[in-house]
Amino acid sequence: MALPQAKQTVTEERLATLTMPDAGCTKKAREAALARLRQMGLPGRRDEYWKYTRPDTLTSAEAPTAALFQTDEPTMFHEFDRLKIVFIDGVFSPEESDELSLEGVTIDRLEDICGKDIHWAKELYGVLEANGQTPVQRPLAALNTAYASDGVAIHVTGKPSKPISLIYRHASETSDAILHHVVRVESDAEVTILENGPAASRFNKCMEIDIADGGALHHIRAQGRDHQRRAATHMFTRMGTESVYKSFTLTVNGVLTRNEQVIELTGDDAVAHVAGACVGDGEFHHDDTVFVTHDAVNCESRQVFKKVLRNGATGVFQGKILVKEGAQKTDGYQISQSLLLDEDSQFLAKPELEIYADDVACSHGSTSGAIDETALFYLRSRGVPTREATDMLTLAFLAEAVQEIEDDALAEVIVTRLQDWLARRH
Amino acid sequence: MAALDQTQVKEGVDQETVDAVREVGGAYKYGWETEIEMEYAPKGVNPDIVRLISDKNDEPEWMTEWRLAAFERWTKMEEPNWAMVNYPEIDFQNQYYYARPKSMEEKPKSLDEVDPKLLATYEKLGIPLKEQMILAGVEGAENAPAEGRKVAVDAVFDSVSVGTTFQKELKEAGVIFCSISEAIKEHPELVKKYLGSVVPVSDNFYATLNSAVFSDGSFVYVPPGVRCPMELSTYFRINAENTGQFERTLIIADKGSYVSYLEGCTAPQRDTAQLHAAVVEIIIEEDAEVKYSTVQNWFPGDENGKGGIYNFVTKRADCRGDRSKVMWTQVETGSAVTWKYPSCILRGDDSQGEFYSIAIANNYQQADTGTKMVHLGKNTKSRIVSKGISAGKAQNTYRGLVAMHPKAKDSRNYTQCDSLLIGDKCGAHTVPYIEVRNNSSRVEHEATTSKVDDDQLFYCRQRGMDEEEAVALVVNGFCKDVLQALPMEFAMEAQQLVAISLEGSVG
Repeated sequence: MALPQAKQTVTEERLATLTMPDAGCTKKAREAALARLRQMGLPGRRDEYWKYTRPDTLTSAEAPTAALFQTDEPTMFHEFDRLKIVFIDGVFSPEESDELSLEGVTIDRLEDICGKDIHWAKELYGVLEANGQTPVQRPLAALNTAYASDGVAIHVTGKPSKPISLIYRHASETSDAILHHVVRVESDAEVTILENGPAASRFNKCMEIDIADGGALHHIRAQGRDHQRRAATHMFTRMGTESVYKSFTLTVNGVLTRNEQVIELTGDDAVAHVAGACVGDGEFHHDDTVFVTHDAVNCESRQVFKKVLRNGATGVFQGKILVKEGAQKTDGYQISQSLLLDEDSQFLAKPELEIYADDVACSHGSTSGAIDETALFYLRSRGVPTREATDMLTLAFLAEAVQEIEDDALAEVIVTRLQDWLARRH
Repeated sequence: MAALDQTQVKEGVDQETVDAVREVGGAYKYGWETEIEMEYAPKGVNPDIVRLISDKNDEPEWMTEWRLAAFERWTKMEEPNWAMVNYPEIDFQNQYYYARPKSMEEKPKSLDEVDPKLLATYEKLGIPLKEQMILAGVEGAENAPAEGRKVAVDAVFDSVSVGTTFQKELKEAGVIFCSISEAIKEHPELVKKYLGSVVPVSDNFYATLNSAVFSDGSFVYVPPGVRCPMELSTYFRINAENTGQFERTLIIADKGSYVSYLEGCTAPQRDTAQLHAAVVEIIIEEDAEVKYSTVQNWFPGDENGKGGIYNFVTKRADCRGDRSKVMWTQVETGSAVTWKYPSCILRGDDSQGEFYSIAIANNYQQADTGTKMVHLGKNTKSRIVSKGISAGKAQNTYRGLVAMHPKAKDSRNYTQCDSLLIGDKCGAHTVPYIEVRNNSSRVEHEATTSKVDDDQLFYCRQRGMDEEEAVALVVNGFCKDVLQALPMEFAMEAQQLVAISLEGSVG
């Protein structure tokens, strides 16, 4: 079916601003992605999958400008021993990054891979993204595959002694970054990947993750605090037998964030947990879109998303659990909750189930409401001032998502950041 | 259930039990056809057909114009494709839009004049069109007080209403209950005021088509302060082949009134699919209450998915007045394809909407059904309880919307939708939309999917029940919330239906 004219125009105008880098072994994947994108067109307002989030500023030819967030505070995760990989406005910075070597893992820059004809990442680059285009189209991810200008390929073969930390600095008010990472976790290998920072005024990031049998990946992300930044991120994860994937995202501020997680459990007994906590104030639109496919026996998936919204902020959750025929003994769980701190904020949710196997337990819940007056009264009657009591209840509300982080020290960092936000009130 | 007929009853097995199982677990009971001389409009739909339908109903000019405008809109619309249902493309020009029994050419003045064949049809369906009726098979009905067991029936056969019972008695109470074609002539001021005010002409593809070609349906007006003295009911029967049924129901509950309305539907068993696209509009004024209950039992197609009714229905209640209340209860067991979302617009402050549904899909049936609760007024409340059961190769989808508008302060919604899968070749899906635009409202949604609990089954079997019986019992427990909300007249039927659709699904 031909694309509607308006969609085609938007797509072509955006593509005109981009150049495909010298692609080497990723060339075929990039060209295929471009063809996919041209067929789908960039998302528009009337697309069902964008019902609650307006994509126009993510698809416009030029990125809207975003002021930098000025702070003297040390960056997130600074207290941890980690292997730092720094991108400034979407460009790898060798000066600020550590040496890319660590036992149990090899890391290559996308640029280096593109110079080669043979590389393991070739088997992955654009492959999971292409898989993730059905049954729902994700044109921004196809655009990313075609035009990503930088990124890293992380090959985990053992259990590295420290986390790999991807740091995204924002330096220019007009930056428009496209990063693409590929991660392969081999059998019985285990790694923690940290991500933090706003990256750019507009950020399109794609990460493809392949976890082999018995492998484990822990992912903790804190998105930048710049109020006007925009981000569209995709994580495509394919999971083998008895593999584990746990991902947590903290979002504080940002005018527009769309985080998509596409997870496919292809091996038996795999476990996938995705969680997110977001706090937003005023001009803040945050969208968590999750698609979990169970295609094996006895797998477990959990989605836990909590949003605190204030002053007209908007929170969106679109979650889906798809249990394919034969994926018996599936345990699927999904909860999305919002706490609306005032009358102007809103929460829009579409928590879906699609189930083709009979011996499964899937549940989803979604709630929305204000601070519990009874709890507030209880705390006040114990002498806690209203503001403090509200903060306590807000933090308690977010705790269920934060608890999904296994590492206590990392969870503590997240809690501190949330407390700061509450104290700052912005 | 031919196999059962031939089964030699073993010693010790109660013949009554076998009969009961045959009764309950038999094939589609209403699949027979009434042989009656029919009169058709030419196949297809175009402005001439619209005029012809209007003309057959002897309608005033304004009604004809209204229909033609709807038809004009419809030609510019596209068939929706977002529901999780698949069916071959419908050729809207290859079916009849109007069919009536020849004997109905002159509208009978009373039930005595109605063609005995038609009366026999309804008798056979268990809906005797007699004023001293006692609903067949309802336990305890004979002991109920005389007033309590009266049900006024409007019977619609293909494109026309064949008769409405108890009209006189209702008239004494001030209630108007008649066919919509009659209402257009007798009460044009009410029809003009309310028709299309809840489901606008251009609402959706099927509603617009219905607006253009609806041939008959029921009309109810309950005046201020009147509690309708009996249950009202419409029974829809599709009989003619290749004919679409497009009926329109309009219910108006004026200030402080109350009415309970029942709807039933069946169709003969045929190899080709048939279209049914109805519109139901309900207007509820201040302090009024309407209960609308449906047992939908259109022919679901055979076990190979051949034939059956495509049921594309738009039902909506508008709680206009403060403290108004509506309750939808539906038991959906029939139809090859169901596309139906009875909705509530909670406009008045303190108004309430409730939706209770059991949808059962077996063999190749596909059901995409649910509700919309649109909270506009302050302190409005809604509750959704939906139970979906899939068996065989069926697909069952709950699709719903709960919207809290910024001005709907202090409102509440509670949604619970459960799905049960029987067998590993079927599907159950949940697609809820939740839109909360103020913070004083509370919205809660929960859904679970599970299979029939092994422990419960084991317990029942241990007590000597066979597997199929045990499943029926467990499923009845699962559906109890909804069945309890049905009027007594339906309770028995509903319980039987639950068992019927589960036939053959174990093992």
